[in-house]
Amino acid sequence: MRSWKLAKMSMVFAPRLAESAPTSHVGASWSPYDNNGGTCVAIAGADYCVIAADTRMSTGFSILTRDYSKIHHITEKCVLASSGFQADVRSLQKNLDARHQIYQHQHSKQMSCPAMAQLLSNTLYYKRFFPYYSFNVLGGLDNEGKGCVYTYDAVGSYERSGYSSQGSGQTLIMPVLDNQLKSASPLVLPPRESSTPLTESEAVDLIKDTFASAAERDIYTGDGVEIVIINKEGIRRETMALKRD
Amino acid sequence: MFRNQYDTDVTTWSPAGRLHQVEYAMEAVKQGSAAIGLRSKTHVVLATVNKASSELSSYQKKLFKIDNHIGIAMAGLTADGRVLSRYMRSECVTHNFVYESPLPVGRLVVQVADKAQVCTQRSWKRPYGVGLLVAGLDETGPHLYQNCPSGNYFEFHAFAIGSRSQAAKTYLERKFESFMDCSKVELVRHALHAVKESLQEEELSSANCGVAIVGIGEPFVILDSKSLQAYIDSLEEGKNDQAAKLEVEEEGNAAVIERQDISGGAGVGVGAEGEGPTDMET
Repeated sequence: MRSWKLAKMSMVFAPRLAESAPTSHVGASWSPYDNNGGTCVAIAGADYCVIAADTRMSTGFSILTRDYSKIHHITEKCVLASSGFQADVRSLQKNLDARHQIYQHQHSKQMSCPAMAQLLSNTLYYKRFFPYYSFNVLGGLDNEGKGCVYTYDAVGSYERSGYSSQGSGQTLIMPVLDNQLKSASPLVLPPRESSTPLTESEAVDLIKDTFASAAERDIYTGDGVEIVIINKEGIRRETMALKRD
Repeated sequence: MFRNQYDTDVTTWSPAGRLHQVEYAMEAVKQGSAAIGLRSKTHVVLATVNKASSELSSYQKKLFKIDNHIGIAMAGLTADGRVLSRYMRSECVTHNFVYESPLPVGRLVVQVADKAQVCTQRSWKRPYGVGLLVAGLDETGPHLYQNCPSGNYFEFHAFAIGSRSQAAKTYLERKFESFMDCSKVELVRHALHAVKESLQEEELSSANCGVAIVGIGEPFVILDSKSLQAYIDSLEEGKNDQAAKLEVEEEGNAAVIERQDISGGAGVGVGAEGEGPTDMET
């Protein structure tokens, strides 16, 4: 078992051999990863959090399905959106669910969003040398009921912020969010909070606009967008169609 | 029980073909405060007598949620029960992870029984000193099982274990035939009546008993003291009706509590005569 894992890793990390002898083959070797594309976005508000992801699942230049959900409800107040390799994403979701069940047995309550954020970071770093190919955005309400968004890289480095995007459309969406939501400067006093001053419906409209724009130029983003809104009343879900080309 | 020459080791048989250590372990279960379980076509109810060692201390926890569809009540060494409940929870989580479906109760009960049996056949271990009443729901409906330190397990319509459980069992024996069609409220009331029998002189209150329910469409939940007190209060109101009903039922209802084979699984007819108890304890 262990030698099989090492063999896989060396295939991934070893440098390509130069084409010297006539018998050497040129071309891709087997990879344990695939990228199923897609984009995830989250925006935190004073008392709400909006998490959205497109519903297209692709491989290479083909579409696998047009209505795959990248969003996973882990706890009552916490939702995970992940783009990347969906097999790893699913495995990560199941892992977190199992850990959350154990937590609930031990503490007789659900995990808070900041606690889940730390757990996700630890879970990702645990596989530092064979990572989950998963680009995550965690959104929810913190212990005080304020919206929170945590954004991750593949190996667990994370930060709390007011908004974030990950995935194939990240570079298209992030500048738009910065333009609309970013506070003037970190040097401005009094210091601005992490969360944004938009109302809930404004945030949802912004999300819809950004996805529609990203779907124009990013070939891996489209088909539809699934939007989840968490506030003190509970969790609500909306969908919107996107261009299918 | 008198001392025997053959009771030092769990791995020593007595000439009479008994393992005394295992029987002593079951004695520990009988010393613990009572736990009662009963089921209907749609629900299973567990009730416990909560005994605090002194006025200053709180009582020991005897009702545990294992998964959304399974819970247990224990009698005996509750520390052993806590360890077993951690094992059961972990088995449920693992099964859920691998199969994305809830672990059937009967399977979990067998796993616990096998775990208990190991401790009866290793010289460096001792048997678990706790009896479990496992209440759960699966595709075939609600079930109530008992796990013994001996490694045996049985399925029941209704049962009670622990000290002064015989009083509760007598009540259950009288009433169990009506349980199948009981509503949730009626079932909880029956459970509380059974607990009352075990408490004997003491007044029933939310401080000295605990109740948990699992049912079709209802995940396992341990009642909080407010809901519990409401049920207890409703018992008092219904008392006059109960007295009248009892007189009618008392006549000729001496059925034995039925025991179902795990392998069979089919519902045993209410009118059938119960098989004579042949298990090691009780």
